[in-house]
Parts: sequence; C-alpha cells; structure tokens
Amino acid sequence: MQTLTPAGLTELKLKANDVRQGIIRSLLAAGSGHSAGPLDMSDVFAALYGNLMRHDPHAPEWPQRDRLLLSCGHIAPVRYSAMANFGYFPVEELLTLRKFGTRLQGHPERVRLPGVETTSGPLGEGLAQGVGMALGAKMDGKDFRVWVVTSDAEHQCGLHWEAVLTGAKFELDNLTAIVDRNFIQIDGSTEDVMPLEPFAEKYRAFNWEVFECDGNDIEEFIATAREATECKGKPQVIIANTVPGKGVSYMEGDYTWHGKPPNAQQAEQALRELEAARKEIAADG
Amino acid sequence: MASGTPTLDAAAETMHLVDYRGDVKQVPTRNGFGEGLIEAGARNRDLLGICADLSESTRFEGFRKAHPAQYIEIGVSEQMLVAMAGGLAAVGKIPWIASYAMFNPGRSWEQVRTIMALNETNVKIAGAHAGVSVGPDGATHQAIEDIAIMRVIPHMTVVVPCDSVQTKKAALALSDRWGPSYLRFGREKSAVITTDETPFEIGKAQTFREGSDVAIVACGILVYNALIAADRLASEDGIECRVVNNHTVKPMDEAAIVGAAQACGAVVTVEEHQKAGGMGSRVAEILSAKFPAPIEFVGVDDRFGQSGDPMELIEYYGMGADAIVEAARRAHKRKRS
Repeated sequence: MQTLTPAGLTELKLKANDVRQGIIRSLLAAGSGHSAGPLDMSDVFAALYGNLMRHDPHAPEWPQRDRLLLSCGHIAPVRYSAMANFGYFPVEELLTLRKFGTRLQGHPERVRLPGVETTSGPLGEGLAQGVGMALGAKMDGKDFRVWVVTSDAEHQCGLHWEAVLTGAKFELDNLTAIVDRNFIQIDGSTEDVMPLEPFAEKYRAFNWEVFECDGNDIEEFIATAREATECKGKPQVIIANTVPGKGVSYMEGDYTWHGKPPNAQQAEQALRELEAARKEIAADG
Repeated sequence: MASGTPTLDAAAETMHLVDYRGDVKQVPTRNGFGEGLIEAGARNRDLLGICADLSESTRFEGFRKAHPAQYIEIGVSEQMLVAMAGGLAAVGKIPWIASYAMFNPGRSWEQVRTIMALNETNVKIAGAHAGVSVGPDGATHQAIEDIAIMRVIPHMTVVVPCDSVQTKKAALALSDRWGPSYLRFGREKSAVITTDETPFEIGKAQTFREGSDVAIVACGILVYNALIAADRLASEDGIECRVVNNHTVKPMDEAAIVGAAQACGAVVTVEEHQKAGGMGSRVAEILSAKFPAPIEFVGVDDRFGQSGDPMELIEYYGMGADAIVEAARRAHKRKRS
C-alpha cells in the first residue's frame, strides 16, 4: 500500500475515469455485456490496482502478489479495463471483449488471461476460493492478502455463506471481501427480489469484522480498506455502497442497465460525459 | 482351493492375481483409499485432506491422525469442499476432498466443472459410498450417476479401481499426477483379487483373463463378478471370455477396448452404475466409431436403488454373476447371428 498524497488521489481519480472509458469502449465493441456494475466498481478497482494491492503487472504470476478474485464474473469489463489501464496488457485489447479467440472472455478465465486469479461467472463461488487461498497462505507462512470482490445479489447463494462460515472458523485475517452494494440485480432491486438487509448484521453474526463506506469515493474506500486490513484474527468485509452505472448520467441508479451494453449513440454520450468529468478532476487536482 | 484345481490362466499370472475361485479376502475399497492417502501425505507435505463431516466413513480418519497439519475439516458443505480446494490448489496445495459420491460430485457438480476443470486446478475428489452396494442407507445415498456426470467434463480423470489394493495404488498414482481427478470407490467389503505385485497405471486397462469368444469389460468391485461369470461360462457353455479390468473410465484405454472387441467380436460391459452414460457408454462410443460389435450392458436400468443388503441389491439390480453370464450369452448369440 502506498501513502495517498493529494496528487496521488487525483491520479487515481483519473485512472478510475480511464477505467470507465475503457468499459464503455469495450462494451460498445462487444455489443453485449454488463454496464452498471463495472461502472460502479471502477473507483474500487482503481484503488485496488493503484494503491492497495501488492502486484506487478509485468509479473502476473509473482508468488508474493496479493490475490484479487472477482467473484461476480459478469462485471469482468471493469477488471479487464483496470488491468489494461494499470499495465497488464495494451488498452486496445479491450476492444476484443467477448469476441472469438479473445483472452477477454465474457466471463473471466484464469487459464486464458494471466493475472485473472480464477475463472468466475457462476455466482457465489469467489469467496469460497478466496478462503482456500487465504488458508493456504497461512499454512505456508506467506504474507500476501486475498481480496475478493463480490456482488450484493450473490449473497443469495448458499455457497457464499458456507465460505463466510469457513473464513471465520479459520480466523482468516488475511482475507478481505468487498461487496458491491448497488442494490440491483437482473430482476430488479435486491430488496424486492430477495431481501439482504440487515446486511452488515448478517456478517457480524458470522463473526466477521464489518466496514461500510462510499464505494465511489476513492479516498474513503482506501482509508476504510486500510483500517480493515489492520484487523487481527478475523476476516473482514467492506460493504462498498455504490451507485449502479456511476459516471454515466442515464445509467445511474437504473437496474435495467445491469446486463446490457450502450449502443453507439449512448456510448458517445457516455464518453462525452466521462471526458468532461476527467477535465474537472484534472482542474481540481 | 482343493488340490487338482487348474491354475489360473496366463493373464492372471501376469497380473499377479490371487486365486479368486475359492474364498477370497474381503476388504472395503475405501480402506485402500485411506491407506494410500496416508502414504501420499507422507511423501508430499503439500498434499491435504479436506473433509465435510465424514472423516471416518470416507476413511480420512487415519490421514487426520497421521498428518494433522495437513487435514482440514469444514463441516457439511460439499460445494465449499470443491471451491475451497480450488483456492488451495491455486496456491500450490494438492487437496484431496472426500465425501459420499452422491454429495461430491453429486451436489457440487457445477463447482467441479468451473473451479476444478475449466479453471484447471489440481484437486482430487474421493467419491466414497458409490453404487447400490452402500446398502441399507437407501437410494438417497447410492450414487449411480456419478461416472456419467464426471466423465463428460473436459480435463477430468476418472478412475474406478477393482478392489482395495488397487484403490490404494490409484490414490497414490492420482496424487502424483497433475490434474483434476475423480476416484470412485465403495463402502462394503468386496473381494480382493489383485496383489501388491499387480501393475497399475492410470489409463491402461488390464486383461485379467484370456479368452476370444466374448470380452467382458468391467470396472469397480464388479470385476470380481465378471471373473466368476467367465469361469461359469467356460465350464457351462464352453464360452471363453476375456475379462478386462477397465479401471480408468477417462481417459479410457481405447486400444485395449478396440483390441478386446477385435479379438472377441462381442462385448459385455459391467459397472455398478446406471447403464446410461457410464463406463459402458464410453465403450460403446469408442466401438461404434472404431470397431462396431454387439454390446450388452450390465448396470442399473434407469432406476433408483433402495435399502437392502449390499449383495442382495447387486443381484436385484442385475449386476450379479448370473446377470453377467446371461449378458455374455446374449452377446455371444448376437455375434453368431
């Protein structure tokens, strides 16, 4: 983790903006895919790759690297865009998303793209694998951290809670889960489809340390994550409250953007808005 | 054996089989798994045993005592078993995960497909209590579809050893071999027909009895029934059967299967599993493409099991020596017609 200076924060905000633009471009090129979740997690991914995680884009298999698992594989565009913008591969490759022969599969596959820690898409499976990695690290005295990004709706999966139980049993303080709490899923609001509240209390009851923050505020998220990773003897969860579609006016807060891409005209507007936001960030910085 | 009994044939001699024609030692195949795992854990400290509340019955108990630092208990959560093992394998461990076959891979199939196979992780599943020979526990606990659901997954290795001695060898061999794997074995005591000297190689079928009239291709504990049936066919009908121990369902030894069909002209497959989709189905896939020949399938005929004595259930569901004899007679007749 690096000290966050004002200049560093501005840099991260610009990176998050780059990540969002990459998401829009790749989704437009793909003609299918998910928009709202990737956009709302862009700030978290910029914070992870740009500040919080120990990693080397030129050595994706470095044994001491922190592991970042994306449990909700359908928001892969944000991971791909973050990886590209932080130097794992050229940003032009983002335009191959979901196309035949691409390394950027519709749902991420570890074997195809170095730096993707596991294959995901079927929901509710990431934390369970993260528990295994964190336990393996403890067994071998390795000090890397395991970060698992999950959606809120995948907390409707039974396996996820098996993982929550197991993480607590083995006191995996080297495991940090991040929940994209955007309240949306394919069929509507999470609280209509299958209520998750009281959300934080559930984790507390399972003996996890619980943190909440604005997932679209990079500074706040980084501060929260640092506090979380100081915890001893317990795994931690950060409930990152996010606005679905964050950064694109007509997508923000609209669940219908969960699983569809923008068309050419919509993408143009999105990129125009993001470019204007980028100028503001630069001016403020 | 009474004096004057003819010696076993050359194939059995080559394979160092015991003389199975009289009283044969009975040991559960799961015991062989337990012994193999203890040895494998001593050879490699990165090898782990992960259990979902069935340590005694899956024979993980000995491993737990011998290698406590390599043993993990996670309670009744079979999907977790697979997913967590995937994570451990990703950081360099070799996890063996054990439950009843009905629950793992029965309950955890999608995790097996995604996390073990598509994701290419070095996780090994021990599927215990497979087949109707689980006995009194009844249909809920009798996995007779597991070979089918595992053999259709790319990258997967599927091994069904014939007795406890071979199960031990299979556990050791799979531990040393990289890749997602499934080892299937049973609960009940069954005949020990191989010895420490019997060779074992994953992917290499074994001829346990010579013969050129009908090839009986079997796996699991029913290999013994196939040998008994073959002896009866020889004495009662003059039909000489080749008996093949086809322990590796995937990758199957195609050359051995085609060779047996070419030599005999008719085939009987024998497995403690649904006829649909199992080892016999794979034999049929191979032969229909490479050497079409009459095939009779011995297995469960699209039904569920039930409570009962293990051997009584084997008979009732048509997998006893009598059923194999009848199937071989039908195959032989079809060959002639």
